[in-house]
Amino acid sequence: MPEPIIHIENVHKYFGHIHALRGVSLDVQVGEVVVILGPSGSGKSTLLRCINHLEVYNSGKIVVDGIPLKSAQDINIVRREVGMVFQSFNLYAHLTVMNNLTLAQRTVRKRECKEAEEIAMTLLAKVGITDKADCYPSQLSGGQQQRVAIARALAMNPKMMLFDEPTSALDPEMIKEVLDVMLALAKEGMTMIVVSHEMGFARAAASRAIFMDEGQIIEEGKPDKLFTSPTQERTKLFLSKVLQI
Amino acid sequence: MPLKDLFKNPGRVFSGRPAGTTVPPPPSVEIQFIPGAEPTARLDPWWWLVAAVAVFIILLLALKSDPYWRILRFVADGLWITVLLTIVSFVFILILGLVGGLGRIAKNPVIRLVATLYVEIVRGVPLLVQLIWWYFAAPVVIQSFGRLIHFSPLANYHSSAIFLAIVGLVVCYAAYMAEIFRAGIQSIHKGQMEAARSQGMSYLQAMWYIILPQAFRVVLPPVGNEFIMLLKDTSLVSVVAVEDMTRRGREFMAAHFNPIEVWTLIALLYLIMTLFSARVISWLEKRRTY
Repeated sequence: MPEPIIHIENVHKYFGHIHALRGVSLDVQVGEVVVILGPSGSGKSTLLRCINHLEVYNSGKIVVDGIPLKSAQDINIVRREVGMVFQSFNLYAHLTVMNNLTLAQRTVRKRECKEAEEIAMTLLAKVGITDKADCYPSQLSGGQQQRVAIARALAMNPKMMLFDEPTSALDPEMIKEVLDVMLALAKEGMTMIVVSHEMGFARAAASRAIFMDEGQIIEEGKPDKLFTSPTQERTKLFLSKVLQI
Repeated sequence: MPLKDLFKNPGRVFSGRPAGTTVPPPPSVEIQFIPGAEPTARLDPWWWLVAAVAVFIILLLALKSDPYWRILRFVADGLWITVLLTIVSFVFILILGLVGGLGRIAKNPVIRLVATLYVEIVRGVPLLVQLIWWYFAAPVVIQSFGRLIHFSPLANYHSSAIFLAIVGLVVCYAAYMAEIFRAGIQSIHKGQMEAARSQGMSYLQAMWYIILPQAFRVVLPPVGNEFIMLLKDTSLVSVVAVEDMTRRGREFMAAHFNPIEVWTLIALLYLIMTLFSARVISWLEKRRTY
């Protein structure tokens, strides 16, 4: 077994008196696509946000790309290798699409303006919105904004990508265009952790599906297996509710 | 995998339609606007008020040049002091206000305590009292301190009235400005900061490139308001030996005993400056790009 790119070991996280993560352990290998699902409040997003230290965990150990987060000299060096896509897009509202993609390249990766713009255009072509380079985020549809957000994260050449419910804020007809981009990314070998309830995406792209509830990993396995024949009662109950709809 | 290789494979056939293909837009239609509701780009009508006050002042100066023209000539140097005082103070107010505002939301409790203490104390003392304190008390305090530590540059400290007036205005107004900046920064959705940090930007980079430019648009109306208040409040420095427009007006009145003309003209001069500033601020507010 090679060294995992993300190593999570017995992580606990409290929000005041709420015990949000109760001893979560998880290893992700390079090139793996892991989908995390579970009811709201189960700690999926919190776990994801702990991986790039947007959320500070209280105990346990997380090692990303060989760097333990707790003893990291500069968390920003870890973060530039970990792309993140948010439920609410979080595009920089005062910058054009092009500047959204180039700002961190210039300020963090110290790339020349021209080089950054070339990378940005290639990525915009990849997500299918080259014609919107000079638009502001508010002029785009939700699906377009999320695709720009994915391109913005990719512009940093991350070694892995975290998706925090990337399609939950989208209209049904826009979900597909975002999932298409994510699927293409998965097929190209990107290491991805996706918090999502998109079963179709999980079946098509995920190497592993994880079910979380009450701050713990309840069950994990191949998506097909987890969805069709779960072994735990809580997984069955959750899936029966989700699949009814 | 290198970035370039990511794009070699365009095969995304998840939906059967390549990502991002859009349905062609419907043919454009001629829109019939309701009369009076057409989108227009006409001039801000409040400029007419500025023009009216300007014309009134010019008429006074032209038709009754004695005493109005004489008063204007006499207070002109004070008028420049007023303008200079306002602009110089405002620049420092913006800087110190930004520092104070960032201090108010700092994670470090000591910085936060200092910033909060500063705001609370300064807000609780009238500006006029503060200006008098800086003019009469501050130099004595500095001199005593200099004697205490046997440091002659401080022991023999002397300063100009205008410098102490600027210090007084800046210290007082920056406290209010700090609260405005704090509110503006906090009004920006926290996802903006998270997105910037998730890309590896430092806190200060995220603040400078992402949060402050957006907060600036939010705080523009109250900051403009502060500018206009500052312009008027500079008249208070006339009691601490600064030869501003108000003080020059008082000097003219003392020599010629014509309070109605002097104070009418001085009031009109302040009014035209504040009205003009208000229009510039409103123009800045409308110049939105996003």
